[in-house]
This record gives sequence, structure tokens and C-alpha cells, in this order.
Amino acid sequence: MVNTKVNLCGVELINPVIPASGTFGFGYEFNDIYDINVLGGISIKGTTKEPRFGNPTPRIAECTSGLINSIGLQNPGIDAVVKEEIPKLRKIYRNAIISNISGFSVDEYAYCCEKINALKEVDIIEVNVSCPNVHNGGMSFGTLPENVEAVTKAVKKVTDKPVFIKLTPNVTDIVSIAKACEQGGADGISLINTSQGLRIDLKKRRPVIANKIGGFSGRAVFPIALKMVYQVYQAVKLPIMGIGGVATAEDVIEMMMAGATAVQVGAENLVNPYACRDIVNNLPFVMKKYGIQDLNDIIGVAHNE
Amino acid sequence: MKKVYLTVLQNQALTDSVYKMQLKGDLSGIRAGQFVNIALDGLYLRRPISVCDVEGDVLTIIYKVVGKGTERLSAMDGGEILDVLTGLGNGYFTDFAGDKPLLIGGGVGVPPLYYLAKLLIKEGKKPTVILGFNKAEEVFYKEEFEALGATVLVSTVDGSFGIKGFVTDAVKQVPEYSHVYTCGPEPMLKAVYNATTTGGHYSFEERMGCGFGACMGCSCKTKYGNKRICKDGPVLDKEEIIW
Repeated sequence: MVNTKVNLCGVELINPVIPASGTFGFGYEFNDIYDINVLGGISIKGTTKEPRFGNPTPRIAECTSGLINSIGLQNPGIDAVVKEEIPKLRKIYRNAIISNISGFSVDEYAYCCEKINALKEVDIIEVNVSCPNVHNGGMSFGTLPENVEAVTKAVKKVTDKPVFIKLTPNVTDIVSIAKACEQGGADGISLINTSQGLRIDLKKRRPVIANKIGGFSGRAVFPIALKMVYQVYQAVKLPIMGIGGVATAEDVIEMMMAGATAVQVGAENLVNPYACRDIVNNLPFVMKKYGIQDLNDIIGVAHNE
Repeated sequence: MKKVYLTVLQNQALTDSVYKMQLKGDLSGIRAGQFVNIALDGLYLRRPISVCDVEGDVLTIIYKVVGKGTERLSAMDGGEILDVLTGLGNGYFTDFAGDKPLLIGGGVGVPPLYYLAKLLIKEGKKPTVILGFNKAEEVFYKEEFEALGATVLVSTVDGSFGIKGFVTDAVKQVPEYSHVYTCGPEPMLKAVYNATTTGGHYSFEERMGCGFGACMGCSCKTKYGNKRICKDGPVLDKEEIIW
């Protein structure tokens, strides 16, 4: 028997496989197609203080080995998520619930985190300072180290749950941003969110997406994500949730070798709704193939000289 | 939703750009007005195509070649095995139909009405079907609807076949109807909305990411709140539509 258990800031995960925020709804919907209790954790749809419809449609553009989305943080607002969505998920799901939070000001981030802190159902808070699809918010917080530090400090003040800051790859120096998280008192780092991208409709001679520019994700971004996880692992002591283009159990292992303690699967859920389950099922076989007894032995192993 | 592997039985051109494909496999649980989402090698996203008919274990889809995915589909000639998600969307419900439902389809909005017409006739209703196209060369499935026993009116914009004008010009020739079921381009749906007097169910199209409600890529606003075209739709009640 191989060991797939990992520990994220005191939260034990039965395996490191977590569907990424925005690709798995509030989780319970997927229980109709498979038992979601096979998943180590679920990062639920990003939530803001107020309900949001999000951006105009079309919001999706296909790319080679990926897609661009510009959803714009559509969500029912923090009150509905606290009262309805999270309890609904907890009723059927016993593993780690990761609540993903977005905001348009430092106060909004803190407001949402305080609300989530009151929920015993939530194990980890993931703070999204990296949404590329909303103006005056999201990513603008994630591109400047001082902003990241300010948000981190503000949310840490109002919660005793582990806080992961979710970073954007759309920066010059990911390491300086990661260090700002550490400086602000973050418990961990999630990376990467989507990379900005554009597609143009040749017939219409206009961008495919109504909002023009969106966030690119999918298998194509895996090497970029892997590189950033690798760099951040070297620079900070915080545990990392590796995200970006993960589609197979091999990808999970590679992410962990780069330095991730847990791994999130995003876009792949949208093309194969069974992706996370399939990865969980394959993981022990792939571990055996590469002589891995315990996943904890390979975290960051690629850094060894 | 189910993930199944379907075998292509046949694929034939109905017009210059519209194809009919039949696939075989496990089709349990598929309702009229739903769609399937087909994975194609080398293309990242699946291709959502409406269900035209289900007969035993044979699924019929009719699609127009508009891009890479449908081009790829049109080149298949049988024997290919496709990874397909089935049972997607809410579909049409026959409960509201009344005795004389009116079915209105425009272009590739026609196919999903076929399975619905079949079910309605099986229930003893007397549907009238209006099929709208731009010109005579684009007309398809008139005989198939007639063979079901439906009353069929065809309209073409240039008048080269049937009633000259839009589907709403054909509506004027229907003396009486109890409910409207429609599918087609949004301007047509809006025209039908304004030109008809009864309640109705309107099937919408939107560019989708996943096709099963996870990504929020195809959301729209309705009087009953935000809905996902792929999961809460594609069929909306006339009462809830906001144009």
C-alpha cells in the first residue's frame, strides 16, 4: 500500500488532488456523477461580498490545449455561500473544504474571510488576489508585493483558519510576490491562476470574448505553472498548492516534485468531468511505477542536488 | 449526465453545410431538447450538439459546419468511436403542450423539435410545425416531420420555398395553437416571442465551456435569477426571458 496522504497546515488530506476554484462549482453538483469523497479537498467557486452576474457573454474561447475564460467572478455573494452553498456541500462531503475569496478592496477581503471564519465546515481559506477578469480588483492586488502583503495581513487578522494566497502568473517576479505573502503571515500559497490571453474571431474580426482579454488555462500552461511552483518553493518556506494545466496523475507527481504539497486540477474538469476521480484512481499505480511509497517523500525532491 | 462511447453509424449531407449523423450506444436518460457534448481529438473543448432523435440505441444529431469541430465531424464516415457526454440541459417538457402545440424551428434550430414532435404525437397531441430557412436549398427535414403526422409549414426568407418571409409570417397562417416550443437564432426567438400569444418554451444557444454547469461560461439573466444555458437551460420558459 502506498501513502497518498498529505498534510496542509494541519489539515490532513486523504490525497493531494483538489478541483480548482471556478471549475467545480460548489462541489455538490459533481456528486451526481461520482462520489466526491474520493477527493482530498475541493476549492469552491470564488466568492465576493456582493452577488455578481459576472461579465457579458461570450465568456469562453478555445485555444490549442486550453481555453480562455472571462467569467468575471459570477457568484451568489458571501451570505448565500455561507448560508446555503457550503452547508450543502458539507452535508455530503467529509474531506477538506477550501473556501475561495475575492474582493475589490482590502476591507472586502477581510469582510468575506471573517464570515468564512465563523464556519466550522471550512478547513482552509484561499484568497484570490489574481482574477484577471475583473477591473479594479483581483489581479491588481496580486501584481504588487505591498498590496499582497496588505491583503494577507488583513485577512490573517480576522481568521484562525489556514490562509493560502492564490497568485497570478501575470507578474515580472513571482518570487517577490510569494515573499510578500510570507511577510504578511500567509500559511500557504496557491499558484498559478490563469495567464492573460486573447483570441480573435477571423470572420467577425473581433475578439471572441465579449470582455476581449481573458484568462488562459489548460494543459498548455503546465510547464509555466511548474516553473513558478519550483521557483516559489525555493524562495519561501510556505506549503504550496500547485495549479495550472494538471490533467494526469503524472502531472500531480511532477508538481509535487517541483515543490507542491497539494495539487489543484482546473480546466481539465471542464472537458472531462471525471478528471479528478480518474487522477485519484491512477495515482497509486503511477506512484508504484516511479517507485514512490509515500507522496511526502517527493515534495520538492527535484531541488535536491 | 453520462459519459459514453458512441459509434458513428452514418453521416450524410442534408444540404451544402448541414449534416445528419447517427450514432449507436447507451442513450438511456436522454430527453427531447437536450444536447450531447462531443470530444474530438486535437480540439480542447467538446462540441455541444442538440439531440434530433433517439430511437432505441441510435442517436440522430444534425449539425451545421461552422468551424473546426463540425468540419471534423462532417468528415467522419462511420466506425469512429466518440467520447460523448449525454443527457445535458433541461430539455423540453410535453406537460405544457395542450392539444395543439406549435413548434417553430429556424435553421439548425429545427433538429431538437423532431424528437419533441414525435413524443407529442405519441401522446395524442396535434402539433403544427413551422420550419424557417433562408432559401429552398437550405430546407431539410420537412418530409420527416410530415411522416410523423405533424402539420408542416415551411417559410423561406427569399420565398423560394413555401411561405415567403420569416417563421412569424407562417405563424399568421396557424388558426389556433395551445403552446409554443421553439429553437433558433436569438433574433428569431425574439420575433416569435412577440408574434405569439400563448406561453412557450424557448431554446437558446450560447458559447459554452464545459456544457454541464461547472464553469459559468454560458450564463444569462432571467426574471428568476441567473441561469446557465447549458444546465438550467437551454430551454427557458417564456415567462422568465429577459431580452
